[in-house]
Amino acid sequence: MSNLFDLLVAGLATGAIYALVAVGFTLLWQTSQTINFAQGEFVMLPAFLMLAAMHAGAPFWLAIILGILLSMILLGLAFKLLLVDPMMRHGVLPLAIATMALAIGLKEAVKQFFSAEASPFPSIVPTGDISILGHAVSLQSIGVLVVAILAVFGLTTLLNRTSLGHQMQAAAQNPTVARIIGVPVERMILLTFLINAFLVALASLLITPIYLAKFSSGEVLGQAAFIAAIVGGFNQVRGAIAGGLLIGVLDNLAASYVSTQYRAAVPLIFLIVVILFRPQGLLGRAEERTV
Amino acid sequence: MKSTLLAGALLAFATATSVQAQAIKLADVAELSGGGATVGTNWKNGIDLAIEEINAKGGVLGRKLEVTHADSQSNPGVARAQVQKALDAEPYVLLGPGYSGSVKVTAPLAAEAGIAQIMGGEAAELTQAGNKFLFRTSFGQQSSMPKVAKYIHDEMKAKTVAVVWVNNDFGRGGRDVVVKELDRLGSKVVADLSTEAGQADFAADVGKIKSANPDAVFVYLNEEESARILKELKRQGVTAPLMGETTLIGQKVIELAGDAANGARGHVGLTTDAPVDLIKAFREKFSKKYNYVPDHNGLKGYLAVYMVKATTEKMGKVDSKAFADTLHGLTIKAADEPGILMDVTFSDTGDIDRQSFLVEVVEGKQVVKQVLPKVK
Repeated sequence: MSNLFDLLVAGLATGAIYALVAVGFTLLWQTSQTINFAQGEFVMLPAFLMLAAMHAGAPFWLAIILGILLSMILLGLAFKLLLVDPMMRHGVLPLAIATMALAIGLKEAVKQFFSAEASPFPSIVPTGDISILGHAVSLQSIGVLVVAILAVFGLTTLLNRTSLGHQMQAAAQNPTVARIIGVPVERMILLTFLINAFLVALASLLITPIYLAKFSSGEVLGQAAFIAAIVGGFNQVRGAIAGGLLIGVLDNLAASYVSTQYRAAVPLIFLIVVILFRPQGLLGRAEERTV
Repeated sequence: MKSTLLAGALLAFATATSVQAQAIKLADVAELSGGGATVGTNWKNGIDLAIEEINAKGGVLGRKLEVTHADSQSNPGVARAQVQKALDAEPYVLLGPGYSGSVKVTAPLAAEAGIAQIMGGEAAELTQAGNKFLFRTSFGQQSSMPKVAKYIHDEMKAKTVAVVWVNNDFGRGGRDVVVKELDRLGSKVVADLSTEAGQADFAADVGKIKSANPDAVFVYLNEEESARILKELKRQGVTAPLMGETTLIGQKVIELAGDAANGARGHVGLTTDAPVDLIKAFREKFSKKYNYVPDHNGLKGYLAVYMVKATTEKMGKVDSKAFADTLHGLTIKAADEPGILMDVTFSDTGDIDRQSFLVEVVEGKQVVKQVLPKVK
């Protein structure tokens, strides 16, 4: 039983990070019909930007700020202007393939200019335990969970409670009507790219101390988050959050109670089941978006 | 005048040819680029250092040593092509590669050519295929794992052990030997966990270890995964003592795992931190020449060349065909050949018996806690 509790906490902590990344998938899909197959590499890169800043002599807090800002410029602004906008004209598929190429490019660039070997990365959460319901739970797990929940809470508040959020939703749901009523649609789309870049940088900050900074570390994350987004519902932010947490917990339970060797297969089997019986995802809307 | 010049040129050519003929040619194929670049570069530098020393003292049986280095790119396919090319030049002895996978595919080529191959691989199976020309420079798993099991049983007094291993040839080979030995000694394996190469998340594996509540945990993963599991073990508060091999307590693991590596123990066949005067001197010479501290692969390369020297001097002649036969069963004492650093005996299968070390990570540094004697 104590094992189950530990597994749930660890699974939720990992799942919260998947959720952050999966939310980015849904945001980009909703506003610009971009399926970003480089999303995993987007999580890998900010850690290296932060490490580069630290190597240049910046303290950790400054490196975090610089890393997040640079990520927003490179993975938000530049990604949209230099890759998404020119490719968008050619349709969803060429764009998806272009993001696959970007993923390979990012990995190779990090390997070339940084290192092919893993590097350690400091944690923003101190090591140590606290007792919850009589169980020792690591501060790191709690920290990851709290930061991820705060980020998701902040995002949903922005989307649902502010004028800016309503404009973003309008731009996503029906850009033509949104334009007519005066919503700056282009700016709203750019904003979602910047939010996605912020979320992946945050995920990078949380996961890298555990997974280590390595050029290939985005592969697993990108895949897990993609599955989470589909399972939860690709057109709903809350679906991506639920999907992320579910996949995190499922992965840990599968590794413990099914088999370590087949742990990677269990979320995929779950994905197939969801696609067969509820193609729109657990919390997704059934209707197809037309824009 | 013309004829004098011609005669002079011919004489010079003949002299050069005869000097070249006198040199003993070695061929080295190593991981000089790719994932194993650290391994191969250390190995190569160790070889170069040894050859420089030996040649400075007049060579072997009065003949200089010469080596050609080829890059396997850490790829078994490339290694095989490079070894074939090296063998075509008919070297006296083949050195390398360092990766077990590359050794596995190249060993049949050297055996077919009848050339002895001194290599860096550690997988148990390499010397179990009946190859009469293959020699190790470090322990194979069948030599190191019994020492590990004995330490877990005798020194750690562990009645129950959790074994975590990586699901590839290396991990499976080590796991099979250690589980068998633990069973023989009477320590019970209460958790036998396979993990995947490149695995990032060890929360579930550590959860299983925690619920098995063992007296000791044996960790046999590659370096990066070792660092990740050490962090997770600390995160989940596992307090059972940790035991492993070089891959658990290596410098890279300590760098990656930070504080989480403290207290981990490991059996190490070769370490430049060993409390052996000759190894200390080697470390100093190497560091001075290359400006960095070598790892155990630097030692392996260095030892490989001194194995060539000691065996050739034992034969009293440079005979490529008789080399392997002479090295089988040979004991080389450091007192007679200081370059061999520690007394070593080669078995009929090319495995080695030598003293080894029990290392513990204390405050981010490897500390040799115990010297484990030769088995025989």
